[in-house]
Amino acid sequence: MSEITLDGIWKRYPDGFEAVKDMNLGIKDGEFMILVGPSGCGKSTALRMIAGLEDISDGNLVIDGDRVNDLAPRDRDIAMVFQNYALYPHMTVRDNMGFALKLAKEPKEDIDRRVNEAAKILDLEQHLERKPANLSGGQRQRVAMGRAIVRSPKAFLMDEPLSNLDAKLRVQMRTEVARIQQRLETTTVYVTHDQTEAMTLGDRVAVMRGGIIQQVAPPKELYEQPANLFVAGFIGSPAMNFVPAHLEGDTIKFPFGEAEIPGWIKTRMKGGEGQGARDVIAGVRPEHFEDAQVEPDRPGLRFKAPVAVVESMGSELYAYFDVKSEHVESAELVELAADAGLSDLPSHGGDEQQMVARLSAASNAAPNTEIEMVLDTSQVQLFDPKSGRSLAQPGD
Amino acid sequence: MSAASAPASAGSAARAEPKAASKRKKAPGAKTPWWLWVAVAAIVIFCLLPFYWLVNISLKTGPDLSSASVFPPNPSLENYKSVFQNDDFTRALRNSAIVALVTTFLGVVVGSFCAYALARLKMRGKVLLLGIVLSITTFPQIAIAAPLFRLWSEIGLYNTLQGLIIPYLCFALPLSIYILVSFFREIPRDLEEAALVDGATHFQAFRKVVVPLAAPGLATTSILTFIAAWNEFLLASTLTSDPQYRTVPVAIAQFTGSSQFEVPLGTQSAASVIISIPLILLVLLFQKRIVAGLTAGAVKG
Repeated sequence: MSEITLDGIWKRYPDGFEAVKDMNLGIKDGEFMILVGPSGCGKSTALRMIAGLEDISDGNLVIDGDRVNDLAPRDRDIAMVFQNYALYPHMTVRDNMGFALKLAKEPKEDIDRRVNEAAKILDLEQHLERKPANLSGGQRQRVAMGRAIVRSPKAFLMDEPLSNLDAKLRVQMRTEVARIQQRLETTTVYVTHDQTEAMTLGDRVAVMRGGIIQQVAPPKELYEQPANLFVAGFIGSPAMNFVPAHLEGDTIKFPFGEAEIPGWIKTRMKGGEGQGARDVIAGVRPEHFEDAQVEPDRPGLRFKAPVAVVESMGSELYAYFDVKSEHVESAELVELAADAGLSDLPSHGGDEQQMVARLSAASNAAPNTEIEMVLDTSQVQLFDPKSGRSLAQPGD
Repeated sequence: MSAASAPASAGSAARAEPKAASKRKKAPGAKTPWWLWVAVAAIVIFCLLPFYWLVNISLKTGPDLSSASVFPPNPSLENYKSVFQNDDFTRALRNSAIVALVTTFLGVVVGSFCAYALARLKMRGKVLLLGIVLSITTFPQIAIAAPLFRLWSEIGLYNTLQGLIIPYLCFALPLSIYILVSFFREIPRDLEEAALVDGATHFQAFRKVVVPLAAPGLATTSILTFIAAWNEFLLASTLTSDPQYRTVPVAIAQFTGSSQFEVPLGTQSAASVIISIPLILLVLLFQKRIVAGLTAGAVKG
């Protein structure tokens, strides 16, 4: 149980590449901290620096008040779960889990007791004498967790521990991880590129991009008040829609209509800035659209949307429609698209922007029809097109 | 997301099916054609015939030695008895065992250190270094035999067992290193890192995780080193003259018959059979260790 503080941490490689830039993060005792971001954002490097597997180029890493920059991994008292589990193939499950304790020269009975305890928590008791090769993916994953648990370390470091499981098992293990962490109350740093894992597991989530932390916040705040375009686009599935908009006085002009600037944003916008005419990027979450027919009384901006494609999820519908507007250009969004593998798709028509709305299953939206859509404009996010920063975020 | 993955997984399932079908065709139920057995038998006979002939001769004595019969007319163990009564031979056997075992042990230890460094360290010219090391094996031994004889005489290593072990190591190490590098490279780095985080020192991680996983490679290199050191003749005969320090191959070559006119063919054959036995045992023993797929299950399977 302990606090981990990253104080201005840098990682520079000999070739000049900077994987982590001036990372500042305070992880509280018992907290479940998630590092999330697209591949190559430096999240794994940051974790490996905490573990001691990677040298820290600059800055201070403090665990429990002690600067540990120069300590070997074995002197940091942390446990790590690797993406590919890294189980020792020549040892049984019992030996795998007891390896660290054996190295620490704990008495034999002690090792046995603690391994048995951990095996009980993880439901591995009947597999203790088997070798990793004879276990299923989920069991291997649990052994990897068990290896961390038996040590009762100061902190757990997890490097995409669920990414090798198939989809169904991943959801199951996700709750398992959450349950174990809550039970043990051990400080945990968890790296993932999956925003669902980040949202569901973390007490707080640090979104990273290009080695720089974009925002650190509890999942709900991250979702509702993203600090910039990148965070807004990364968190949430389906992703947030972005359209160019224009501010004039107190109104926002969308390509599909006009609305008043939400009060909460207005109060947060610095005096003067934002007043008067300016271009912005408006971000709209898919669930803030609704089929006007389903909820006729719902207040908000009403407009006609030509639906192109409808995906039914059973409990809800995803309706894709095009909006006439110029393309939103932003380095952050380009990067997000590249990470999602979308950059290879043929670019959408130059003057049309595809939007997705999450509608109630009761909606009778159908492909190639026009429906009336209602947008809850109080939930709209506004971003500066140049800096990508949210207008609601107090600037510096 | 799920909608997209469903057809993909269906596709992979369809692709997997014909593979499974082709596997079923090769199932043990199918019979191996008779001509394959004939071919196998031919190869086995071809390979083992010289050794059989050696055994054959070793069981013959006196005038039988010149007979070409496939089975010894009067088989006897006389040659074996006389070989073991020969002090030069038993001493040479002991020398050979010492030289081969020490060479193997040092070769594996030093070789695994070198190979581990070459496999793991990030440094310039690694490939070049490995190439240079390997090029040593292409040296003809005869080229160094004479200079080595001079050098060893000067510094007092002539007629010593150390004087044999050192050049043997030189010739055995390059191949050991080359084999071990490829084995160490196969071991996921994550395993060592896991060991480090688990509280191991670098050396402990090497000894308790890397070495056990590279056991098949270590077994292979030990066998090769042992066989090479055990069989070596040229350097052994150049660098020793005293029967006290001769190894077995040299000792056998120095066998004399009971008279000047008798060729000691029978005793030489018997001695050769005897010194082949440790090699055969060794290969059979280590064969169990040379099991592929020891690392299976280390990472996602």
